Amino acid sequence: MLSKIVRTVTNEFMPVIIVFGLYIIAHGHLTPGGGFQGGAVIVSGVVMLLVAFNHQEVKKVLRERLLSIMESTGALIFIGLAFAGIGTAFFHNLLVGSPIFGRIPATGPNPGDIWTGGVIPLMNFAVGLKVAAGLTAVVLALALFSSGEEIEE
Amino acid sequence: MAHIPLNFPFLAAALLVGVSLYIIIFKKNLIKLIMGITMMASGVNLFLVALGYRAGGGAPIYTGTPEETMVLPVPQALTLTSIVINVAVLALMLTMAIHIYRHTGSLDSKKSRKLKG
Amino acid sequence: MAALITHSPILIIAIPLAAAFLTPLIGMASKKARNALVVVSLTFVVFLVFALARDVVINGIHVYTLGAASPDLSIPTGFMVPVRIILEVDGMSAFFGIIWAIVSLAAAIYSLSHIASETGQTRFYTLLLLMVTGGFGMMFTGDLFNLFVFLEIASISGGALIAFRTKFADTQEGGFKYIVVSAIAGLMVLFATGILYAQYNSLNIAFLAQAIQDNYTALDTIALALLLIAFAMKTGMVPLHLWFPDAYSVAPASITGMLVITSHACMYAAFRVCFTLYGGMPDAPVVGWILIVIGLLTMFVGVTMAVFQKDVMRFMSYHAISQLGYMWLGVGVGLAVLGNPALVNPGGWGREAVSGGIFHILNHAMYKPLLFFTGGALFHYTGTRDLTKMGGLAHKMKWTTILYIIGTLSISGIPPLNGFSSKILIYESVYQFHPILTITGIVVSILTLASFTKAFHSAFMGAELPEYKGVKEVPRSMLIAMGILAAGIVFITLFPSLIVDSTIHPAADALIHQETYITAVMGVAP
Repeated sequence: MLSKIVRTVTNEFMPVIIVFGLYIIAHGHLTPGGGFQGGAVIVSGVVMLLVAFNHQEVKKVLRERLLSIMESTGALIFIGLAFAGIGTAFFHNLLVGSPIFGRIPATGPNPGDIWTGGVIPLMNFAVGLKVAAGLTAVVLALALFSSGEEIEE
Repeated sequence: MAHIPLNFPFLAAALLVGVSLYIIIFKKNLIKLIMGITMMASGVNLFLVALGYRAGGGAPIYTGTPEETMVLPVPQALTLTSIVINVAVLALMLTMAIHIYRHTGSLDSKKSRKLKG
Repeated sequence: MAALITHSPILIIAIPLAAAFLTPLIGMASKKARNALVVVSLTFVVFLVFALARDVVINGIHVYTLGAASPDLSIPTGFMVPVRIILEVDGMSAFFGIIWAIVSLAAAIYSLSHIASETGQTRFYTLLLLMVTGGFGMMFTGDLFNLFVFLEIASISGGALIAFRTKFADTQEGGFKYIVVSAIAGLMVLFATGILYAQYNSLNIAFLAQAIQDNYTALDTIALALLLIAFAMKTGMVPLHLWFPDAYSVAPASITGMLVITSHACMYAAFRVCFTLYGGMPDAPVVGWILIVIGLLTMFVGVTMAVFQKDVMRFMSYHAISQLGYMWLGVGVGLAVLGNPALVNPGGWGREAVSGGIFHILNHAMYKPLLFFTGGALFHYTGTRDLTKMGGLAHKMKWTTILYIIGTLSISGIPPLNGFSSKILIYESVYQFHPILTITGIVVSILTLASFTKAFHSAFMGAELPEYKGVKEVPRSMLIAMGILAAGIVFITLFPSLIVDSTIHPAADALIHQETYITAVMGVAP
């Protein structure tokens, strides 16, 4: 565990990093970014927590069962959204034209409208959830290895 | 801007892949082997992004490009997928290296030759 | 039902994927429900694969476009090139799909009792279902980048499964070697995909095949060399086979069965590249000769290294290497005479050589996992894989002994079992190309029979040893899994010409005639 200054600054910074990661996930269909990139940013925040605090403390907050449920839910939402359009074809973008995320983007340089894209922003959220949970589990496992413990079943 | 020859990114990618092949074949430490594979992945990713470049093109963002032409967006999507896959491979290789270290006490690939013949 | 068959290519890939992510959620609640989920989803996939294969043989190539207004709209109206992810199932893909589905189901049922005493079983089943998804994706996809992605999914899951038993050191070493080889092969495939995209601006195999026919450059030869070496490295051809026995001998026995068919799937990818993607290039006989030389070397080195092995799984994996050589040999002869229409049309021996190689893949996928499963059965209660320590197990394990005898007779090519049917097809057609190839094949067969008889004698025959008093017959689910494969062997033994006419000849014709593959996606004949 590092000094009190580092721990306090980490506590202050963590929400900022999470919001930034969520911004990258949410605007994935307009600016560079999307599911994996935003999830990786959130995981970098978790790594900062692991460096500043004792990993026992972090393990108390981020339990392995919770991460497993989050990961599976993210993947199942993704596959469920892909199956939703099976009436026409798999992965058919059925939300184009509907009030949720359904507007058509204008051509030419413009600021960008977040309510476009159809199914894609929802899939970005699902992938971001899955990547955040999955990479957090990987990082926690590697950190726990270094102290001689193992993840139990 | 100085005159950089146009195939400079391809030379850099070839150099990365060549050095990483040397590392994979000749180095014995497991961590160096893992680093070699990651470097080769970086070389291939650089090659993929570089082949999409079109002279005078802007970033391929649909609502934000003022220039006339865009660079090719498909190789950038291929590179992103490749980065994700290499993260998973790297995590798996590191885990196995940790287990090998725990069982045999050394990271030398010559000492962990239990399977021979 | 018709809608189910229309959507079946993507359902076959998506159902194991959804089941893989449902398994941790259901596994937290109850173990029996999780086992039931795995077996039920794989059984449903077997049923779908058979329905799809029957539809492909009757109605022709089945194209599925993801996300289009209708599933067979591969080129949207007003466009000239295919723009979406396209799955294309022809006779060859359906054939490999059948093999993959049956052996995955057998491996899953075998695992139910083989790993019942380990921790982390939920993760085992998740990884197994992900490996199944990867394999189906490799076989049904219609473009090169999807091939790379699904190849990596199957490799990563396979590597994690090889190293599943973390309390031993040699499993980790075998898994590490597997992952290193798979990562390098995957990067080479990606490099070749980049080269082809830079030239022709498309990733679709049908579009690339047509473009390569029209203008063929030296960069395409580099891409072909990279692709062929990458896929052949993953199947375990000599001289890049050194990782193969290490990975196969330490894995849990059901995973070794899955690894056998993964190497078949990489062979499918190599054939798809050589015949369909590069079928129109002028140098096809050179590539054919390279495949023939690879086949000869692989057959010979595999069987000579197997003769003095003591570890039963390692010994069987060297035999797997040598049997793979037969497949390279048969198909290589077909590729070498591809330019001669008289030999590759129905009735010619070129087509029979390709059919022999493909039939040998089917037979190998039936008897090789069966042999590995019996090896795992030997390990299950005795706790050792060393043949010099085993002995006299035939008294207690009667069913295992019978299944091992069936496997041995198949692999050595003893009539009337299925190994003989495919080997005679290869011998007869390859003899007309050059007699020395047939003679090498027969010598390798004799050496195979000799080494398997020696292993049988040392493991099963002899008096009962006192340290194995507690050994009894293996649990029922392992016997059921081995029984599924043995039933497949018996079926192929009894009806060889039915199998050849209904599945093998359509697959061989689908490989030889690349124009049907191209027109199914591009619409109009080139």
